[in-house]
Amino acid sequence: MARAAFDEMTGTPNGHAPDGVRSAYADLKQWLDTSPPEFFDTRRSQAELFFRRIGITFAVYGDNQSTERLIPFDIIPRVLTKPEWSRLERGLKQRVTALNAFLRDLYGPQDCVKAGVVPADLIYKNPHYRLEMLGFEPPHGVYVHVAGIDIVRVDEDTFYVLEDNARTPSGVSYMLENREVMIRLFPELFAQHRVAPVENYPDALLATLRSVAPQTASRDPSVVLLTPGRFNSAFYEHSFLADKLGVELVEASDLFAKDDVVFMRTTEGPQRVDVIYRRIDDDFLDPLVFRPDSALGVPGLMSAYQAGNVTLANAVGTGISDDKAVYTYMPAIIRFFTGEEPILNNVPTWCCRDKEALSYVLDKLPELVVKEVNGSGGYGMLVGPHATKREVAEFARKLKHDPDGFIAQPTLSLSTCPTFVASGVAPRHVDLRPFVLTAADEIRIVPGGLTRVALKEGSLVVNSSQGGGTKDTWVLDD
Amino acid sequence: MLSRTADNLYWLSRYTERADFVARILDATMRLAALPSGYGGERNEWEGAVAAAGNLDEFHRLYSALNEDTVRDFLAFSRNNPSSIANCIETARENARSVRTALTTQMWEAINGAWLELKRFNNAEMNREEFARFLDWVKNVSLAFDGSAYRTMLRSDPYWFTRLGLAIERADNTARILDVKYHVLLPETERVGGSLDYFQWTTILREVSALTAYHWVYRQSVKPWLVADLLILNRQMPRSLANCYELLVRHLDLIAEAYGRRGPSQRLASNMLARLSSARIEGIFTVGMHEFINDFVTENNKLGAAIAEQYLV
Repeated sequence: MARAAFDEMTGTPNGHAPDGVRSAYADLKQWLDTSPPEFFDTRRSQAELFFRRIGITFAVYGDNQSTERLIPFDIIPRVLTKPEWSRLERGLKQRVTALNAFLRDLYGPQDCVKAGVVPADLIYKNPHYRLEMLGFEPPHGVYVHVAGIDIVRVDEDTFYVLEDNARTPSGVSYMLENREVMIRLFPELFAQHRVAPVENYPDALLATLRSVAPQTASRDPSVVLLTPGRFNSAFYEHSFLADKLGVELVEASDLFAKDDVVFMRTTEGPQRVDVIYRRIDDDFLDPLVFRPDSALGVPGLMSAYQAGNVTLANAVGTGISDDKAVYTYMPAIIRFFTGEEPILNNVPTWCCRDKEALSYVLDKLPELVVKEVNGSGGYGMLVGPHATKREVAEFARKLKHDPDGFIAQPTLSLSTCPTFVASGVAPRHVDLRPFVLTAADEIRIVPGGLTRVALKEGSLVVNSSQGGGTKDTWVLDD
Repeated sequence: MLSRTADNLYWLSRYTERADFVARILDATMRLAALPSGYGGERNEWEGAVAAAGNLDEFHRLYSALNEDTVRDFLAFSRNNPSSIANCIETARENARSVRTALTTQMWEAINGAWLELKRFNNAEMNREEFARFLDWVKNVSLAFDGSAYRTMLRSDPYWFTRLGLAIERADNTARILDVKYHVLLPETERVGGSLDYFQWTTILREVSALTAYHWVYRQSVKPWLVADLLILNRQMPRSLANCYELLVRHLDLIAEAYGRRGPSQRLASNMLARLSSARIEGIFTVGMHEFINDFVTENNKLGAAIAEQYLV
């Protein structure tokens, strides 16, 4: 078991203090204590019905039984105070500013490598370092237009960045729909609390995308959202966002490139496309440049991109900045590019490519969380305290075989929030993914983000593909 | 058909449409009122709700305080407010009962069922959650009634009179919102208050069920002058003044054709449609939106009177 966790409602280890409550949760606790159980039962089934009706489902790969599942939604909101959020917001802006400057440098002058901020081989040997991007600056110099920064909390004052997601972070539709369902189900709670709204996210995203249109675009640039299609696990989100933005939801076959300009096929003939909010990985974007077997891509897209005739959001090659090994250098990267101390810290991390770190990690394996540098979705990781001896031994072999491929972190006692489980209300571990939008001229963040909760007792894995759920996230204002 | 029958059909439609409008105003106002002060702009949203969906003088005669509870009572349940949701449903049902034979079974059941169910709801006992469900129910009643009319009525003069009632009521409702909120809808050149008013604009869009539609029409973030354009001039938008007048002209023409005679209402309606078709939002801002809306409301009332005189009495 991990150390006693900070409970965001009671402020104590594991939420076991009988009477303690942090002031931000005072009204919620009262609500939980005084409403009859039937009330919560009805609301929970209404919430589920609502999600089913709007069709917010999630496909789980490799699971043929039910290809459309609901991510479990917990009706108890997670609450952050305004001062807590203000600090997070400043930290997020600083971090994303650094991420963009880092990428501009890596594909440009490479000063940070020359200055020894990051080791050269970590960059140049990295499959996510895209040579195609060298010496080419995307429109307005923005690389990471949409970032999802995963944040965990360990006590009253400490928030860590667990992971940067700078490629195609998802989950924002849950942030928005969770709020909608909460407003519908609990207007009384919203009258009691002053919750900062998130509903302007699509508007902010659209403004961001329009601001980064290439110079060649008209004053009224045409924006599309590129999806791999309805079999993708995040397809609901793609269609949801396209609808909220009022932009076409396109698949690769709807687009073509001619003379380095991208068009979409419409009933009125070809229409020029200026900005592509793509929810497809780099590898699949253009079969002429990346994976030749990709049926999801648009031949000639990269060439149009390099000619400066179309903006891709996010840019190609951002994967180098959210690589889990590069992550360990983020504090230094922030200092180098912003000249400031990081406002949000990294989780202490051992980079196994370092010999000393590796021997420490092998030594302490049963206490650590080990992650594949290129893994995502909670796959390919070892949670030491929860693993069997055999799993630990097997992982030790993998580590020795490919130390560069792994990082290790202490088993953090992620904060907990009260959550409905079979036996009633119990503390469960949570994280937070705020979404940071970088436009040509400003950074926008709607207050809050997606709170993910590990529904199994003691579990630290919040990923939806592994049985995690979500909560509405409230930033209280006045 | 009998003038009295036409009159009943016309008012039946008007009142079911108005019930829906009042419900949407209350719904959007609850959301706006729950926002932190940094987001809500001015904090007089309940007064705005009364101004848009009722009558402030009448309100002040009945209540000593203006707050969520009294506004809720006045707009949703009060027997003393002819436009309260309860009275709208009551009046609609009264009209429906007198022209039972001119209605299809589905229409009658939609409105009579609503009237029976209305008794279930008691304002005094309702908390916000129940009240929100009540508003959802009201919106569904209008949807079911309008859907039944559209799907089941013969396309002849009874149907046309229901469309006239619906369109003239909608035009009036949209104009009322604009009249109350015109000061947050400013032309492009005046950037007063900046994005502080953002949630005022989205509230307006919510009140006319056009939040998502806005983005599909303009493909950019919410701008106040485009909100005004959408509500006044955009013909694709079901609740815009322009679309309401398109409906009015079309159905008045059908009636005139069937009866072989045109009159003042056809003339008034097509004049207004011509004005709306040639207008540009910049021009409306130049003249002054408040003046434009005032003028529109007067003209719309004139058309209502002309329809009544020509057909309903």
